[in-house]
Amino acid sequence: MAKNDLIGGALWEQYSSIVSERMNNPMHRGEISEAEAKALGARLVVADWGAEACGDAVRLYWAVDPKTDRILQAKFKSFGCGTAIASSDMMAELSMGKTVDEALKITNIEVERSLRDNAETPAIPPQKMHCSVMAYDVIKKAASVYKGVDMASLAEEDIVCECARVGLRTIKDVIRINDLKTVEAITQYTKAGAFCKSCLRPGGHEKRKYYLVDILRDTRMAMEQEKLFAQADAGDFAAKNLIQKHRAIEKALDDKIRTALAADGGSLEVVDIREADGKINIYIRYLGACRGCISSTKGTLQFIENMLHQELAENISVIPV
Amino acid sequence: MERNMNRIYLDNNATTIVDPRVKEAMEPFFCQQYGNPNSLHSFGTEPHSAMRLAMDRIYSGIGAGDEDDIIINSCACEGNNHVLKGIYFDIIRKGPKSEILTSQVEHPCIRNTCIFLEGLGAKVTYMPVNADGIIDAETLRRHIHPDRTALVSVMWANNETGLVFPVQDLAEVCRENGVLFHTDAVQAIGKIAVNVGRVPVDFLTFSAHKFHGPKGVGGLFIRKGLQLTPLIHGGEQMGGRRAGTVNVPYFIGMGLAMEMAVDNLAYEESSVRLLRDRLEDAILAIPDTMVVGKRELRTPNTILASFRGIEGEAMIWDLNASGVAASTGSACASESLEPNPTFTAMCISDDLAHTSIRFSLSRFTTAEEIDRAAAAIRQSAQRLRAISSTYKNGK
Repeated sequence: MAKNDLIGGALWEQYSSIVSERMNNPMHRGEISEAEAKALGARLVVADWGAEACGDAVRLYWAVDPKTDRILQAKFKSFGCGTAIASSDMMAELSMGKTVDEALKITNIEVERSLRDNAETPAIPPQKMHCSVMAYDVIKKAASVYKGVDMASLAEEDIVCECARVGLRTIKDVIRINDLKTVEAITQYTKAGAFCKSCLRPGGHEKRKYYLVDILRDTRMAMEQEKLFAQADAGDFAAKNLIQKHRAIEKALDDKIRTALAADGGSLEVVDIREADGKINIYIRYLGACRGCISSTKGTLQFIENMLHQELAENISVIPV
Repeated sequence: MERNMNRIYLDNNATTIVDPRVKEAMEPFFCQQYGNPNSLHSFGTEPHSAMRLAMDRIYSGIGAGDEDDIIINSCACEGNNHVLKGIYFDIIRKGPKSEILTSQVEHPCIRNTCIFLEGLGAKVTYMPVNADGIIDAETLRRHIHPDRTALVSVMWANNETGLVFPVQDLAEVCRENGVLFHTDAVQAIGKIAVNVGRVPVDFLTFSAHKFHGPKGVGGLFIRKGLQLTPLIHGGEQMGGRRAGTVNVPYFIGMGLAMEMAVDNLAYEESSVRLLRDRLEDAILAIPDTMVVGKRELRTPNTILASFRGIEGEAMIWDLNASGVAASTGSACASESLEPNPTFTAMCISDDLAHTSIRFSLSRFTTAEEIDRAAAAIRQSAQRLRAISSTYKNGK
């Protein structure tokens, strides 16, 4: 909330002039008939997305050259508000001349950017971003019709916020890396949930597969669990019991040694751990290329021992068997 | 674009033009008689006679008795908050009565205040409207409990549909059960007769700007002898019931606006209704359109129309470009897509929830404006249906 937010009702004032023009006179509105597609030597693709009950519905017509997969012509019809009509118009325009696979890469963000009057000013206010998402969804639908595949198979990743196109992986990462504790913080970091707000929690503008509240809760739970494990792993090596020592040794071998050996096609396994006279003897067996390697009793062995001294304790001896 | 000339204002349920005579009546109280009416000197006392006249006009406008109180406040929103929160502090918090009964179709200032009070422990029941789109006495009887219900709050007329609720019956059911009754009359005053002398309401709220008065001033009627904890604490203004220096010019403006609104009720009932019906007939002459609610059950100025295959906001965009101002109840920017409870109760398909547009007239609307608006509506319907992906002829 700030000075500019206190006087409401400025929805239409935030439309770019391109949005207004496209709303008043959409250039690609209309239909493509079978006959028209045939005359172009193209295949007609018709795709519907949305429903009146949801407040937005769009139908996309493509005439696609079956030899090159190129979209020769695109038209649309729309039941929607001004921004829905303008976004659909821009989406149809952007898809023209592209192959179907290229068209699939058009995102709602690109549609919105193309509607801007200048690079810095958004073409539509945040709460209208979901209108441009419709334009993206109907392209996916049309491509799935053309390819004869299920629409879900065309999704690149799990998108949580359609408006800002933020994926599940990104949101989980940002929570972990920045130790985020609130949904508002996720929105600040990623813009997810800043637009139509449907993905914040159930009960919003539209139903979503993922909600930020759930992702936050689950990720925080996972982080807590990892912290507990980490605490169990931490601490003085000498004070650990044999099982904990074994785990720590295996972890150090995984982290620092096995990948290096694997580069030369070798590996090792721990055969036994024995503690006696204040010393820890680790008995190992070489595997793969390490077996019979000249270095395995000299340089490599030294390398392994040094590494374990550094990682765990000075009193470790490594004994190949 | 006819932005700056000959615009037609058909959004009078949102707000109205200030009657020029009201503006004129307010004028002396800005730079001449600007004293604080609570001051002892002559600057303070000189607006008193005009304030007394305004009070008389407001009391007589709604038929209040001298022993009743009408608190002059900022708007109906404030009045509604005052009643609901006052009842919470005076009754619900003390117990044993813990429930507010209201309807599913109230204005957000009732609904959101109720949700807030639920968070403080109040129990709120949201009654559904019947197939006519109103709350009838039967529905209220089914929900009211003399031992449990602290307050019933139901609007006098609905802002979206214009449907008039049978407040006389509702108030009597409340009386029979010993339950306090509040009505938000913001859409009723100046459109239909509102008389608290005949209708036994306990609390009634209104805003001046809905009947050609200025924005930012309103009233709260409190029946004689009833307690209601103040919403705004401070000085002794309004007999200690609402602190804050009263907005003298606006209060005086509201007085005249109220008198004129009541004097114009006959005109509203005959002429505004005729113009409204003329517009409604023109809309219904367009194929695949409908209007919500029976004409005889509505305020004389309101039409909630639905145009199949046309998203409401798209049409008000077009109309705006033609210089016609209307509104839509369900902008597609709204964050929630809850189905409209009036539509659900009246068995109107959810599909139509996004196709509805409200036209609301006033005594300033002319026949010529209605005909031009009708032409603009026809033109927009044609254009948008040609673009529409969901509209088919005869569907």
